[in-house]
Amino acid sequence: MKRLAQHALFWPCTTLLLLLVVCAVFNPAFLGVAWQGGHLYGNLVDILNRAAPLMVVSMGMTLVIAVRGLDISVGAVVAIAATVAALMIGGSFSAGGEVASRFPLWLALATALGVAAACGLWNGLLVVKAGMQPIVATLILMVAGRGIAQLLTGGQIITVYYAPFYTLGNGFLLGIPVALWIAAALWAVLHLVLSRSALGLFIRAIGGNPEAARVAGVRSSAITLCVYTFCGLAAGVAGLIISSNVKSADANNAGQLLELDAILAVTLGGTALTGGRFTLAGTIIGALIIQTLTSMIYSLGVPPEVNLVVKAALVFAVMLLQSAGFRALVMRVARNPRPGAT
Amino acid sequence: MSDAAIVLRARDISRAFPGVQALSGVELTLRAGEVHALMGQNGAGKSTLIKVLTGVQAPDTGSIELLGQPVTPRSPLHAQELGISAVHQESHLLPNLSVAENICAGRYPRRPWLRGGGIDWRETNKRARELLAGLGIELDVAQLAGGLPAAVQQLATVARAVATDARVLILDEPTSSLDAEEVKALFALIRRLRDKGVAILFVTHFLDQVYEVCDRITVLRNGKFVGEYACGKLDARGLVAAMVGRELVNAGRPAAHAPADTGGAPAVLAARGISRRGQLKPMDIELRAGEVLGLAGLLGSGRTELARLLFALDARDSGELSVDGKPAKIDQPADALQLGLGFCPEDRKESGIVAELSVRENIALALQARMGLGKFLKPAEQRALAEKLVAALGVKTAGIETPIAQLSGGNQQKAIIARWLATNPRVLILDEPTRGIDIAAKQELMNEVLQLANAGTAVLFISAEIEEVVRLSDRIMVLRDRAKAGELPRGADEDAVYSMISMISSAPA
Repeated sequence: MKRLAQHALFWPCTTLLLLLVVCAVFNPAFLGVAWQGGHLYGNLVDILNRAAPLMVVSMGMTLVIAVRGLDISVGAVVAIAATVAALMIGGSFSAGGEVASRFPLWLALATALGVAAACGLWNGLLVVKAGMQPIVATLILMVAGRGIAQLLTGGQIITVYYAPFYTLGNGFLLGIPVALWIAAALWAVLHLVLSRSALGLFIRAIGGNPEAARVAGVRSSAITLCVYTFCGLAAGVAGLIISSNVKSADANNAGQLLELDAILAVTLGGTALTGGRFTLAGTIIGALIIQTLTSMIYSLGVPPEVNLVVKAALVFAVMLLQSAGFRALVMRVARNPRPGAT
Repeated sequence: MSDAAIVLRARDISRAFPGVQALSGVELTLRAGEVHALMGQNGAGKSTLIKVLTGVQAPDTGSIELLGQPVTPRSPLHAQELGISAVHQESHLLPNLSVAENICAGRYPRRPWLRGGGIDWRETNKRARELLAGLGIELDVAQLAGGLPAAVQQLATVARAVATDARVLILDEPTSSLDAEEVKALFALIRRLRDKGVAILFVTHFLDQVYEVCDRITVLRNGKFVGEYACGKLDARGLVAAMVGRELVNAGRPAAHAPADTGGAPAVLAARGISRRGQLKPMDIELRAGEVLGLAGLLGSGRTELARLLFALDARDSGELSVDGKPAKIDQPADALQLGLGFCPEDRKESGIVAELSVRENIALALQARMGLGKFLKPAEQRALAEKLVAALGVKTAGIETPIAQLSGGNQQKAIIARWLATNPRVLILDEPTRGIDIAAKQELMNEVLQLANAGTAVLFISAEIEEVVRLSDRIMVLRDRAKAGELPRGADEDAVYSMISMISSAPA
C-alpha cells in the first residue's frame, strides 16, 4: 500500500476516481455505459471523447515543459489549423446536391498539420536560436496566431459542409470515438519512441540540467527544436478534431484558453514545471481530470454564471490534494491535534 | 586552552538516509575561543553533521547542548536565533543589494513611525560599518555586493553570520575558491573572531590550513566518530591515517608512467592560434597519445578558457583545430564528442551532473549522445556499462539506480569521469577533477588518469594545485595572463613551474 502511494501516478489517479465517485453520488446514472446505435454511449465515453483534443495538446505541452520550455501559443495554433483545414475543404454544393471538397481531403489535412508544425518550429527557433524566454517567444504567436487565423477567415466562422471531414470529431470506429483513437495512437507512438530510443533520456537530461547535457554532447538545440515542432503539430491535430467536431472553424474561439488547460493537465499529471521529470500517462489523467470537472459541473446543473467560480474552487481543491506539502500538513494536524492552540 | 568553556556539545548524533547510515553516534565538542577542524573523507558525514547542527535536518538520535542548555534547532533561522551561524562553500550575498543591506537583511533598523516609519538606511549603513570595522574589514558598505571579488564577498558573509551575536560559527569549506592571499585575509578574520570568544567549526580539505589555524580536530569516518585530537598531538600523517582508516603507503609519485613512444605520429588533438576575445590570447597546443599534459597557471590565467575552447563549449574567435593531423570541424560539444574528445568540467554541479537522473543514466549519457537517436543503448546494456565502471572506479553508491545527487562530491566526480570513460575517449580534458574531493579519492583519481594515459588516451590535466600537476604530467604547459608562458618537460619541479608563472627565468640546472 505504501509503495502504491509512492507511485508517481497514485495521486492523479486517486483524484480522478474521487471526482467520478462524487459524480456518481449526485447522479447514479453517471457511470453507466451502454451500447447504442452501433457504438458505446454514456457520460464516461463522452468525457473521454471530449477530452481527446486536450490530451493531444497536453502531450505536446508535456514534452515542451520537460525541456524547461512552455508553449502558450497552442490555442492559437489550434485556431490556425482549424482555419486552414476549413478553408481548403470548404464545401460547395454541386449540381447534383453532392458536396465536394475544394481540395482533396488528405491534402487539406496534411497542409493544416504542416502549417501547425511550422508554427511549432517558429516557436522553437525563437527559443533556441534567438534565445528568447519560452513564455515570451510563444506569447508572440499566441497573439499573432489568432490574428492570422482571423485574417484568413475574414472574421467569419467558416462552415464545412463536406461530410467525410466530420468523421474526425464525430465518427466512431469499432464503437469507440475516432478522436479517442487518434489520441491513443499518438500516445502509443510517443510511448514507443520515448522508451525504445534515447529521446526520453535526452529530454530528461536537457530538462534536468541543460548545460550538463550540452557538455555531455547532447544536441540540445536540435532536440528542443523538434519538441516545439511536435507541440505545434499536436496542437494542429487537436485543431482538426475540434473543427471537425463543430463542423466549422471559428478563428475567435477555437482553442480559446486551451493553453492554460494544457498546462494545468500537465501539472495535475505530476510533471514538474521546472523541467526534467515528466510523465505522459500522468498528463493523460490530468486532461481527464479537467474534462471530468467540466462535465461534472454541467451534470450537477450548476448555473452558468457561477460555473467558472465552481470550477476554480474545484481546481483549487484538486491542487491541494496533489500537493505533498499540504498532505503532510494535514497528516501532522490529524496525528497531533492541539486542542488549545488557535 | 583545554579547559576553555564548552559552548556546544553534540552527543551520540545519528542520522540515516535511505540506504545509508550517514551518521552514527557522533560526538562534537566546541569550546569558546577555539578553532575546531572537522575532518573526514567525502561521505564521512561532515555535511550531514553540519545540517543537523544548523537545523536543516533533524537527527534520529542524540542531543545538542548549547551553553549547557539542551537545544533542538528546527531550521537555519532558528539555529541562528540560538546562536549557531553557518557560512557555506560559495558565499551567498544577494548581488543586487549593497553590502550593508546584505548584512542587515532580515533585521533592518526601523525609523520611528512618527518620522515616516520605514527602514532607517543611515542606521543600517552605520551598523554595517561598525560591524565590519570591529572585525577589521575595510569595505565601502554602500557598494553592491555583486560587484565585489568573491573573496571579499566571503568576508562579508562571515561578518553577516556573526552579526547576530553568534556563539558558534560554522565555516564549510570557505577557502575552496580563494587564492593564497585571500585565504590569509580570511584566516586573520577567523583569528579575530576566535579571540572574541566565538567557537568556530572549520571544514576544509586542505591539511596545511588545518594546522595553520586550528586548535583541535574531530575526525569522522563513514559516519562514525573516530576521535578528537589536539592539533599539536596529531601530525598530518596521523590525521590522514585517521581519516582514511589506514596508513597511506606513499602519497608521493603514483605508479611509474612512461609515455608511449609515438614516433612521428601527429598529435591526436592540436590547436593553432586559438583565441577568444577577453578570455584567451592566440595560442598553440598539442595533445599526444598516451601522454598527460599538465596545464598550470594561476586562477584567471586562462586554463579553463583554453579547455572550453578545445571542446567548443565557447566559440573561438580564431584558430584551427586538427585531429590526427587532419583539420577538424569542431563547432559544438557534440562535434568534439564525435571525434573522440571528452571533457570533465570544473563545476560539477552546474555543468557536470544531471542531478535528478540516476547514476546509470548519468554514466550512459555521453555514450548515448555519441550514438545519437538512431541507435539505442538498451537499459540492460546501460546497466552492464554502469555496473562495470562503478566497480572499476570504486564509485560509492547505494546502487546504479540511485539519483546521482545523493552521492558525495568525490563520487559524483568519479561518475562523471565514468561517463567519459564509457565513450572510450581518445582525448580526455580534465578541468580541476580533484577539486573538493578528499585525499584518498584524489590518489585513486590520479591513478585512474595514469592508467588512461597508459592505455593510449591523450590527457589534458588541469589543476590549481601545482604539486599535483608536477606529479602527474609528462609535460607541463604554463599559462600566464591568458597567454602561453612556456612549456616544461617531465621532471620539472614545482619551483620551475612557479618561476615560470611569476616570470622569473629559471637558471638552467
